[in-house]
Amino acid sequence: MTSAIEFKNVVKTFAKANGSVQAVLDRVSFSIPAGKTTVVAGGSGQGKSVTLKIILGLMQPDSGQVFVHGREVTRASGKELEALRTQFGVLFQGAALFDSLTVFENIALPLRERTRKSEQEIRRQVEKTLAQFELTGHEDKYPAQLSGGMKKRVGLSRAMQLSPSIMLFDEPTTGLDPVMTQDIYHLFAKTQAEFGFTSVIVSHDIPKIFNLADQVIILNSGKMDVFDSPEQIQWSEKPHIQEFVQTTMGTIYQSHLVEK
Amino acid sequence: MQSNTITRLGDTGLYVLTDLGKMTLFLLMSLRGVFRRPFRFIELVRQIQFIGVGSLAVIFFTAASTGAVLGLQGYYSLNKFGAEGMLGSAVSLTLIMELGPVLTALMVAGRAGSAMCAEIGIMRISDQIDALDCMAIDPFRYLITPKFLATIISVPLLTAVFDVVGIAGGYLAGVGLMDVNPGSFIQGMQTSVTNHDIRLGVIKSFVFGLLVVWICSGRGYFVQEIRGAGFGAESVSRVTTQAVVLSSISVLVFDYLLTAVLL
Ligand SMILES: Nc1ncnc2c1ncn2[C@@H]1O[C@H](COP(=O)(O)OP(=O)(O)OP(=O)(O)O)[C@@H](O)[C@H]1O
Ligand SMILES: [Mg+2]
Repeated sequence: MTSAIEFKNVVKTFAKANGSVQAVLDRVSFSIPAGKTTVVAGGSGQGKSVTLKIILGLMQPDSGQVFVHGREVTRASGKELEALRTQFGVLFQGAALFDSLTVFENIALPLRERTRKSEQEIRRQVEKTLAQFELTGHEDKYPAQLSGGMKKRVGLSRAMQLSPSIMLFDEPTTGLDPVMTQDIYHLFAKTQAEFGFTSVIVSHDIPKIFNLADQVIILNSGKMDVFDSPEQIQWSEKPHIQEFVQTTMGTIYQSHLVEK
Repeated sequence: MQSNTITRLGDTGLYVLTDLGKMTLFLLMSLRGVFRRPFRFIELVRQIQFIGVGSLAVIFFTAASTGAVLGLQGYYSLNKFGAEGMLGSAVSLTLIMELGPVLTALMVAGRAGSAMCAEIGIMRISDQIDALDCMAIDPFRYLITPKFLATIISVPLLTAVFDVVGIAGGYLAGVGLMDVNPGSFIQGMQTSVTNHDIRLGVIKSFVFGLLVVWICSGRGYFVQEIRGAGFGAESVSRVTTQAVVLSSISVLVFDYLLTAVLL
């Protein structure tokens, strides 16, 4: 199994105001398999978003190495980094929409700036995505005029435009209603089956998100536990994992793939 | 106690050096953006519209009142020596070589520089610049280079407008109110203003434009890395104030330096 992303002994600390040091990632190593879905879970403030930013080269780890498709991100030059980033589709936790552009322009931006598609092709593609994410009719609104869940959906549509080979989603369904959440999960499963991209999903939507997961990573106090399937989590001996299972899933949970 | 002070001094020194280094890199990346494709021509036009055309009214009023004051003040001083015939020369030289470039740059810093800094700063704190990076869209080419070009194009043109309006204001005040001889006003201006003087004014306005856009957009870009700026909306507001103050001061300092070197 080839890995799309690999962490080797990555350490990331932040200095606190009182002078002490907070280790968010403490010698973390794991690999994310290509073409599969990895779900990253863990309590609030455990370093999930930081992990994504390190993968993207937006944050530098204190030590350790990060590889994307075998290339070391931590040592990449500006140009190499730009080349690496063409492979990513990213949804930020706060969506990070361009607030002076409309919904349509936001989604069209990667197509306009990075491809040579005609304005007509772009319009057709964006309209298709708008329909998939149930945003039709809202394309002329500005981000400030959208609800939280709509922003998430616009961010998702924008991330998926260039059919990237790695999707990084930071809480894609937070703020969506259960029906919409289910629809988005179906869409993920469907597009992944179609395009075979690697996806890394940070989510608090446990256990439902496990329907999508091929691998689960649980972050806790700077350490990571990697599970090859959601079921494995329940058999873990570690007390903090048992506690996690108790509080998030209640009793036994059975994984089954989302029906296509 | 003493070693503490030294540590702090060293710390500040390092901070300033790193900051200067980052700002230098920022300048180089912004200029490199000119050569990257696709070039955002429409964005450039929009920025010229905002920075240049949008500043016309402010420049017009500042220039008219400055010129008129120069006319009155110049007449008052020159009259003491019976040299009010020199008014045209005094007003035009002062405007072309000093006040035109300096006041235009200060006005642009206050009006457009602050807006630029706040816009870029907000995009930074709301992850929009990171988002551009992640889409492999160069934020310099996309966002910052058009602002650089627009400012560097607009400031010299606005300075020219400032000079013309200012001289007209001086003429109206001197000739209209103080009955200086119109012929000698024009004559004095024509004989004393040389190409060299105009060139100095143009060079200044280019340099000032560059300083304003560099400092204002750079401060916005690095809003999260500026010491003591705080976080969020407050950091943007503080850094914007700082950018306007800093760019105004540099304009004044460079005005002195350029005058000393090039006069
Ligand atoms: N730029 C920063 N400076 C200092 N500390 C930071 C910074 N970014 C994140 N942290 C700290 O790192 C820790 C992990 O943050 P992170 O955003 O990764 O959490 P998270 O796991 O994504 O949480 P959530 O589920 O709430 O989004 C937090 O304690 C946070 O305070
Ligand atoms: Mg997070």
